[in-house]
Amino acid sequence: MESVVARAGWWLAALFIAIMAVAAAADSGFAIHMSIVALAAFIGLWVSLSKTDYGAIARGILRTPADPGKYDDDPIRWGVIATVFWGMAGFLAGLFIALQLAFPALNLGLEWTSFGRLRPLHTSAVIFAFGGNALIATSFYVVQRTCRAKLAFPGLARFVFWGYQLFIVLAATGYLLGITQSKEYAEPEWYIDWWLTIVWVAYLAVFVGTIVKRTEPHIYVANWFYLSFIITVAMLHLVNNVDVPVSIVGSKSYPLWAGVQGALVQWWYGHNAVGFFLTAGFLAMMYYFVPKQAERPIYSYRLSIIHFWALIFLYIWAGPHHLHYTALPDWAQTLGMVFSIMLWMPSWGGMINGLMTLNGAWDKVRTDPIIRMMVLSLAFYGMSTFEGPMMSIKSVNSLSHYTDWTIGHVHSGALGWNGMITFSAVYFLAPRLWKRERLYSLRMVNWHFWLATIGIVFYASSMWVAGITQGLMWREYGADGYLVNTFADTVAALHPMYLLRATGGLLYLAGAVLLVINIWRTILGHEREEEPMTSASYDEAADRPIVSVPAE
Amino acid sequence: MSAARKEPFEGHKKLERNITLLAVGAFITVAIGGIIEIAPLFWIDNTIEKVDGVRPYTPLEQAGRDIYVREGCYVCHSQMIRPFRDEVERYGHYSLAAESMYDHPFQWGSKRTGPDLARVGGRYSDEWHVQHLIDPRSVVPESVMPTYAFLKDKNLELGDPAANLIALRRVGVPYSDRDVERAMDDLKAQADPEADADDLAERYPKAQIRDFDGDPSRLTEMDALVAYLQVLGTMVDVNSAAAQEELASEKGR
Repeated sequence: MESVVARAGWWLAALFIAIMAVAAAADSGFAIHMSIVALAAFIGLWVSLSKTDYGAIARGILRTPADPGKYDDDPIRWGVIATVFWGMAGFLAGLFIALQLAFPALNLGLEWTSFGRLRPLHTSAVIFAFGGNALIATSFYVVQRTCRAKLAFPGLARFVFWGYQLFIVLAATGYLLGITQSKEYAEPEWYIDWWLTIVWVAYLAVFVGTIVKRTEPHIYVANWFYLSFIITVAMLHLVNNVDVPVSIVGSKSYPLWAGVQGALVQWWYGHNAVGFFLTAGFLAMMYYFVPKQAERPIYSYRLSIIHFWALIFLYIWAGPHHLHYTALPDWAQTLGMVFSIMLWMPSWGGMINGLMTLNGAWDKVRTDPIIRMMVLSLAFYGMSTFEGPMMSIKSVNSLSHYTDWTIGHVHSGALGWNGMITFSAVYFLAPRLWKRERLYSLRMVNWHFWLATIGIVFYASSMWVAGITQGLMWREYGADGYLVNTFADTVAALHPMYLLRATGGLLYLAGAVLLVINIWRTILGHEREEEPMTSASYDEAADRPIVSVPAE
Repeated sequence: MSAARKEPFEGHKKLERNITLLAVGAFITVAIGGIIEIAPLFWIDNTIEKVDGVRPYTPLEQAGRDIYVREGCYVCHSQMIRPFRDEVERYGHYSLAAESMYDHPFQWGSKRTGPDLARVGGRYSDEWHVQHLIDPRSVVPESVMPTYAFLKDKNLELGDPAANLIALRRVGVPYSDRDVERAMDDLKAQADPEADADDLAERYPKAQIRDFDGDPSRLTEMDALVAYLQVLGTMVDVNSAAAQEELASEKGR
């Protein structure tokens, strides 16, 4: 009883502070945001005081298995659903803004729906909402299995999940309202940054706490990657988001860093959001789910040691390649380029370790669509980590920078590597978390695979053509010694490429719709009648923590 | 083979069994690059060259900049001209680090769906900007830019411009006490042809003082944004002989 009172007290305090903040707000955006916070606090208060067992209702809606399992899997089940949900939101936003670039009338003339406000919505939705939820959910799943221990601090783990969703909602609504710092991938304003910091520290505590109480002597390699991802993202986030708010009840702030220093801090952050959020964290997923699905041990233990330390050491230096030929001093640009090229090796170390894990199981690429997705994901990881170092070479960058080539590069990594490994992890997780015999349909996974793959091919190739076209047109000189093209000429030339890109996005989105149906029906316990395809076996008896039994 | 031969990576097992060692080791490993690469930018003198003319933004220009930031213009427009023949001919002298030293946050951008804006100031008339923001395709048929007609209808929310200047001063922009004290008057005077703006012009050299949006009776978001666009790249006279000499004597870039 006391704990209920204490919990309700905290919610009440949060509600009270949020209402005060609404009343004192210096601008309407801040007032709207604090209303969202107040609503969240009110829901928390209601749930903790009400006699109704909302937990049971939620478990009913989510079809949580009656036997909750030997691990703490509730936040992971929510995380899988959140991943799929935010993925759809992010892909839809992406398709919409791709069409805006082809048909500017789609900006609708409204301030809330202009490309400038929706583009951060798209990038944050796919990176932080889709990718972030996938990382949190899989890390909680993997750390429990590989440590043979239940999650430490179960209450805190639930706070991490819900706190992170609140962060996403505040960030996303902020972009639509024009609450942004306009620093790429670090757009949220100061108070949202602070909130994320709190959630992130809680995340670190749950993750490390679970490792501390492990019953396996060794910390599995996937956990090294998760750990370095959590620690590094904390460091990047804190340093890049030192801001001075104009008013503590207003949304506007000014970052401490300006000009050239601001640019390097930002791209040190931005490139390592790629390096640690989208690479180290997803490599951790790869290190667990690929061996599990292939039913083979990881190819090389030594390679994983070398490539882990080399990857995290080298990645941090690569930021300046986003600032080639700018007012950043030359020495920093060159340093960034050299380290970016070196980064090629540890990146391929990870790809090789993943692909070679299939040694002796290559036939599964033909028969198991989930394995096929994983292999494609690693192949895209390899391609984009080759393309990246190439684009970081200054002479290549002089052509590619500021063009759609960069956009294509990012998407071959994001759609190919991050998307595909996440989809395959979700397909792996859903039947296990909901205790189903199998997925609703493996054949639909196959369809998803092909739709997504063809979509990426459309996307990447159209953006290569667009980028190189634009880069060459900008620098084209005629025989008379004058520039040949106006800027507007280059915009017009890209129109067909933008249409092809949107086509690719549509195919990718269509694949994701199949994912939604498949996961939904799996959760409901349906099984599609279809000719079987093979998938990895699952031994429920082995999926448990080690409980020490005293010797007799 | 003798049993005494040590397995390679034997030592690594220590890290794999101790979460503290692993976490501290990973943190040190990821901290090194940033320290070596970023920290020197704060004390190496020639990171930001010394040039004449760069001044803090006037309150109206800063208000315009805040709108530029709010609308996310950086996703399509860079403010960083690279030192290539085609870029210099298309946009003007390559950008200097000093020109964005008071930009919190920097807006160099990473993608040019539209042209670079680092030196757009003075290249077009106010009327062109207003028309272009209201309906970009009425002046550039190929453009894919969103329309920003609402800027002309929205009165500039004045709020507390002094608070903005104080926050900026805290992060290092050298506004004087008088600048802060007169922030509200400066903000209104810059877009008002009737006002006495001599004091403003003295404290903010080369400030352009006029009505920007074609409607002197109102102070709109359009006034502020156009005032900001018109000052971009105009503070430093990069083409003067003295400036060229200064740049030539720079070392280490």
